Order: sequence, then structure tokens, then C-alpha cells
Amino acid sequence: MKEELFVSGRDIPNIDPYLHIWHWQIPLYLYLGGLAAGILFFAAYYVIKGKEKQMQTTVKWAAIIAPIALVLGLGALFWDLKHKLFFWQLYTTIRFTSPMSWGAWTLMLITPMSIVWVASYMKEMIPGWDWKWNILNRFEAWVIKYRVPFAWVMMVLSVILGVYTGILLSAFNARPLWNSSILGPLFLTSGLSTGLATIIWMSKDNHERKVLTRIDLVLIIVELFLIIHLFMGFLAGSAVKTEAASLFLGGEFTVTFWVFVVLLGLLFPIVLEAFELRGYHVPKWLPPFLILFGGLVLRFVMVEAGQITRFLY
Amino acid sequence: MRYAMAIDTKKCVGCGDCVVACQTENNVPHGYCRDWIVENVSGSYPSVQIELRSERCNHCDNAPCVRCCPTGASHIAEGGIVLVTHDECIGCGACIESCPYDARYPHPEGYVDKCTFCKHRVDKGQNPACVDVCPTNCLHFGDMDDSNSDVSKALKNRKWKVLAPEAGTEPQLYFLT
Repeated sequence: MKEELFVSGRDIPNIDPYLHIWHWQIPLYLYLGGLAAGILFFAAYYVIKGKEKQMQTTVKWAAIIAPIALVLGLGALFWDLKHKLFFWQLYTTIRFTSPMSWGAWTLMLITPMSIVWVASYMKEMIPGWDWKWNILNRFEAWVIKYRVPFAWVMMVLSVILGVYTGILLSAFNARPLWNSSILGPLFLTSGLSTGLATIIWMSKDNHERKVLTRIDLVLIIVELFLIIHLFMGFLAGSAVKTEAASLFLGGEFTVTFWVFVVLLGLLFPIVLEAFELRGYHVPKWLPPFLILFGGLVLRFVMVEAGQITRFLY
Repeated sequence: MRYAMAIDTKKCVGCGDCVVACQTENNVPHGYCRDWIVENVSGSYPSVQIELRSERCNHCDNAPCVRCCPTGASHIAEGGIVLVTHDECIGCGACIESCPYDARYPHPEGYVDKCTFCKHRVDKGQNPACVDVCPTNCLHFGDMDDSNSDVSKALKNRKWKVLAPEAGTEPQLYFLT
């Protein structure tokens, strides 16, 4: 039998023996970013479709969550920076080869847009709301006039944001678990699904809930397919890929991933939502809660496990 | 010009002088290092082999850390040396995640730090500190484009390998085997 032993004199904090440079802030941000992307996507989509009246919660009330999630997520990102006072260097350049760079610019656009979006509905949500200053009222009128083009821009940006939360990880070829192009669509789908779960949780309108639950069912099934494809890619891949997959197939993340993400976060909600659509009574909060929880665990597991995987030499 | 280093794994005794020389020369904070020794024991008794490698940043031709850096703080200087401009670094950690050799670390002051091939010495025509201090002369530094440089001569008649070539980074540390 051939045995190998590596000994290195290094013991750098957060790097040896396993890389752990990104802590809870990054997965939390990826989660909140995806969630906000999901909410904003559907808010914009139903405005473009002209269904503002039928989808009140989606367009107005749930949209309030998006800027809150984005600001919290940005706070987490900022917290994670180790050279904080230099964060503005992000906005002195655009580097197309760095997903983090165009992600930073996307956030720079979509965060204020989401705030403007919510603000433009304040008068409808809270009767008697007044912006006090004339300039704000004029700006509001302008936004309302161009709401559909505004929604188009926001929808495109929300897709970029959702994909970016996955691409951010998959751009790192040095971490085999992340280095899969499936991660972009997987995180987008998961983001859309968690966004929908939030809206469904908030909505009191049965018609709206039914429409959104149907879409959510499709998204969760797509997500399951993407997870299967992810692992097919790993198992058909090189040694570093199969090694990465083994963390989830018998390794230390097996239970966390398959029980909390796949079983409780995806399969169980499918069953519950299907029953709900057939008219059975299901606690209203349960499927959205499970989906939101599963999405959060997915981000944490991927970030934690990815940092352990590496090239073997 | 293309700076590179050849490391003779047959001559290295793993004394760690290169590590200490680097820490002293570059004022590396306590507990951190820009270069390090890897001891790779393989096979099973009685046929056991040992390989000692003095490792550091590979100053890759296709450097993933430079590609992933959102601000351009990580860049490639003259001669292919990969450097970090401290005042442009935001400490996001993307370059640390992107390096297959784990050659970078977050400096306690916040920015990301790594081997510079002792550019401040190389610019004056000197060798990097680790090369000059090595007691077995197992480190060879120089310009790959110059066939008379130390590194070119060291690579001429020896078998060598680079680490994780499948990562596609085109590393510029050559390990003589």
C-alpha cells in the first residue's frame, strides 16, 4: 500500500490546516442577496405583466423585504472585509474578470433601485403618506410614470444578482467544489424560490398564494435537477472533483446537506405545496419556512465545504 | 523578462532558513510566513521516499488571484512578479480563495500579503533573501528568458515538475526532482 504524508511548517490562522477565510458573513450575504433577487424579480415581473392589482403582496408589501435584505447583506459583506477603510476601491474600477467587481456594481445599482421601488408604492400602501418635499413628490411621479421600464431594468439586474451569488463561488478554480458552472443557475433558482417563499408567507390573498405556489413547485423541482447535475458533474470529473463530492457522499457534510437542504428544504416542501394546491390544510408558514431554512443551509454548506476542497499535489 | 525560481528537492534539507530569512527581510508578522517547507513522505516501509520542498507564491503566468481581484490591487509587475498594492486591497479574501497553493494570507493590518520574490532586492540586482541564505544552495533564481541565468542553467540538465499544473495557472516555481 502506498502511503503519503504531508507535513508543512505552516500554521497561518484561518488558512492552515484548512482554509477558512470566509466565515458566516459570506454565506449569509449570498443568501440575502439571492432572497432579495427573488423578491425583486417577481415584483418586477408582475408589474411588467400588468398584474399589479392581482398580486398586491408580491409587488408592494413583500418588496419591502428586498432593500432590508440587501442592506443587511451589504453590512455582512462589509463586516467580512479585512481592510475596511479601503472598500471604496471597489468603485474606482470595473474588472470584468472578477465576479466580485461586477457584483459590487450590480449591488450599487439594485440596492437604491429597490428602495425607490418601495418608496414609489408608499402612497398606495399607507394612505395619506406625504413626501413633504416637492422634489421627492416630483421624483415619485416620474418613477410611477416610467414604472414598466424601471421594472424591466430591475428584473434584469435581479437575475444578474441571483446568478452572481453562485458565480462568485464558481469562479474559484482552486476550490473544486465551487468550480462548477451549475452553481450560477442553482443559486439563482434557490434565490428565486426563497424569494417566492417570503412572498407566499406574507400574502393573505388565496389566489396570489396559489399562483406563486405553483411557480415555486416548478422552481424547487428545477433546483433538485440542478443538484443532481452538480453531482453528476463532480462524479464524472477529475480526482479533485470526486474528492469534493465525497464530502457530501459519506463525508462530513452528508447529513447536513441531504437532510436539511434536500429532504427538509426541497422534497418536503414539494409534498406540502402539492397537498396545499389540492386543497388539503397545511400550516401556512410551514412550506415557506422550510424553503427559507433549506436555502440558508445550502449557502452555509457550500461555502464551508468548498473551502476545504483543494488541488492535490 | 520572466523571473522564476528552481528548487532542488534533492538538495533541500528542510532547515527552514529560507523561511526565517524571508520573515526577517520582509518583516513578516509573527505566526505568518510567505514561504514554507513541505515534507512529503510517500511509499511504505522499507521503500519510503521523502521529498522536501521550499514553497512560496508561484508567480503564475495565468494568475487566478489577479483575475479574481475586484479592485486591481493584485497585479502582475515587470518580470511576471505577482504583487499586491496594499492601499488598493480591501481584504475581501477573493485572491486567497482563488490560489491553489494557499500562498496568500491576510496581514494583521488588513491587506493581503504574499511573497514578492523580494522585488526590492531583485530591482537592485540581488537575489531574493531566501535564495541568498540557503545553506545547501538549493534555490536558483533568475530570468527564464536569459539562458545564462541561474534558474535557466539549473533547469537545463535536470528533470523538474511544477505543482498542480492541471490548475492551469502556469506556475513559475520549478521543482527539480
